[in-house]
Amino acid sequence: MSQQLPPKRKRSMKSKIKIVFIILAVLLLYIWTFASISIDFTRVVERFSSNYGRVVPQLFSPNWDRAGEVIEMMIETIFIAYVGSLAAAIIAVPLGFIAAFNMSGSKIIATFGKWVLSGVRAFPEIILAILFVVAVGPTPFAGILAIAIGSTGMLGKLYAEVLESIDMNVVEAMEANGANKIQIMFHGIIPQVIPEFLSYAIYRFEIDVRASTILGYVGAGGIGTMIFFAQSNRNWSDMGMILFVIIVVVTIIDYASTYIRRKIV
Amino acid sequence: MTNRMNKPSLQDDSYTPMLSPWRVKAKISMIFVIIIGFLLFSSNRTGVDLQTLFNGIGNMNQIFEKMFPLNFDILGPAFNRLFETIHMALIASTFSTLIVIPVSLLAASNITTNWFVYNTTRFIMNVLRTIPDVVLAVIFVGLFGIGVFGGIVALFVFSLGILAKLISETVESADMQPVEAMRASGANTIQAIAYGVVPQVLPQFTSFSLYVFEINIRASVVIGLVGAGGIGSLLMSQFSFNNYGAVMTIILVIFFVVILIEWISGKIREAIL
Repeated sequence: MSQQLPPKRKRSMKSKIKIVFIILAVLLLYIWTFASISIDFTRVVERFSSNYGRVVPQLFSPNWDRAGEVIEMMIETIFIAYVGSLAAAIIAVPLGFIAAFNMSGSKIIATFGKWVLSGVRAFPEIILAILFVVAVGPTPFAGILAIAIGSTGMLGKLYAEVLESIDMNVVEAMEANGANKIQIMFHGIIPQVIPEFLSYAIYRFEIDVRASTILGYVGAGGIGTMIFFAQSNRNWSDMGMILFVIIVVVTIIDYASTYIRRKIV
Repeated sequence: MTNRMNKPSLQDDSYTPMLSPWRVKAKISMIFVIIIGFLLFSSNRTGVDLQTLFNGIGNMNQIFEKMFPLNFDILGPAFNRLFETIHMALIASTFSTLIVIPVSLLAASNITTNWFVYNTTRFIMNVLRTIPDVVLAVIFVGLFGIGVFGGIVALFVFSLGILAKLISETVESADMQPVEAMRASGANTIQAIAYGVVPQVLPQFTSFSLYVFEINIRASVVIGLVGAGGIGSLLMSQFSFNNYGAVMTIILVIFFVVILIEWISGKIREAIL
């Protein structure tokens, strides 16, 4: 019995050229990267050997004396994330309706809405926080605004996708029966989308807790303020304590949110 | 939720009438009260004040007056630093996609049958994922000194956590029958993985790598703020000089580059999957 490999897939000339072109582009990207990045390895090694003893053992022996203070700041962080994501979950609803083409009724408006929402999403939270610290001063309120605006982009986009996937037969049937817009909204659309909306909002809260831990670095309240001071004072055992609290709290919130979301949907 | 449960349909066997509408309503109202109560409590604690917001918007106007006209002199250095940021993201994503291959196999329950190894890998990766990127950058900048190298290591660790989770889940959902067939006909473990698992997960693997590259671009902007090189460092220094025209120019540059890279990698992902 003769054995042979299956015949090779034939590729057209066009796709061959395309593949060669992509490989070349990637190769050039890497050559450019490694040619122009400047890392002074002798300095890195030198710094590492002199800093290692000062940083790493300290990091793993957290300063328990400051545990109370750190936990208090972490609670403030959670408050910031909570208020911010709840505000976003509400603001994103009308925006989601505008950006869903079966709701706004016009492809142009929907596409424009999606563009705006993606645009908002492109700003990292901490850059928004810088803007709001300038506007309302270095308070937790600035952090809340940053979280609220940053989350609105993502939630609005997700809401719009949910709205576009709903069963429109229900809406049509209600329209045919003479229901007005508000009745259609509350009895035809909202019941279909509530579980997904809630699930996404809770998921976003989970992300926001993580995001708001660093906002304090630019003065927007929460545990980030302590990160900033620990870094400036090179107090690595404080940093260890902060890190420990962040890891524990974020893990707990992740598990809780996964549990709740599984119950909702 | 309740409406879905009570959609009346005669064909549907699972249709059960609501036992006690009063009880469900009470439950929902309770949840609502708790949500609002916690909102009021936390707004009180964090000092949310709409008055401040309205005053602040006046302030914001001033800032925008300062921010425009844009300062185009900064564009030269901004683009230099931006390329540095992209290089950092590229190097970090490359190394993390390489290292994640063995890690994700160790963290997949259908490949790693050793309970201890599987759970230890999972635990370490879960802990890594909870640490914010900026905190990692602070630590590695403290360790390696201010500059690009600390940033690259921070991004590497950050993206390793994300990728390990995504890819080990993909590996776990792979069809194990080809692997079993190969083992039965005498392939060793490496061969079984290379020809049985890899072809199944390769498209998702590529897609996730691109996704992580996108995340890394955004994260490398942010970690620059704490001294890890790239355009974030430039932004932070101009911000501390109150040089708002330059700040706004840099923010706009970041904005367009992030959108451009997201668009390109979205196109590539569409083509792959």
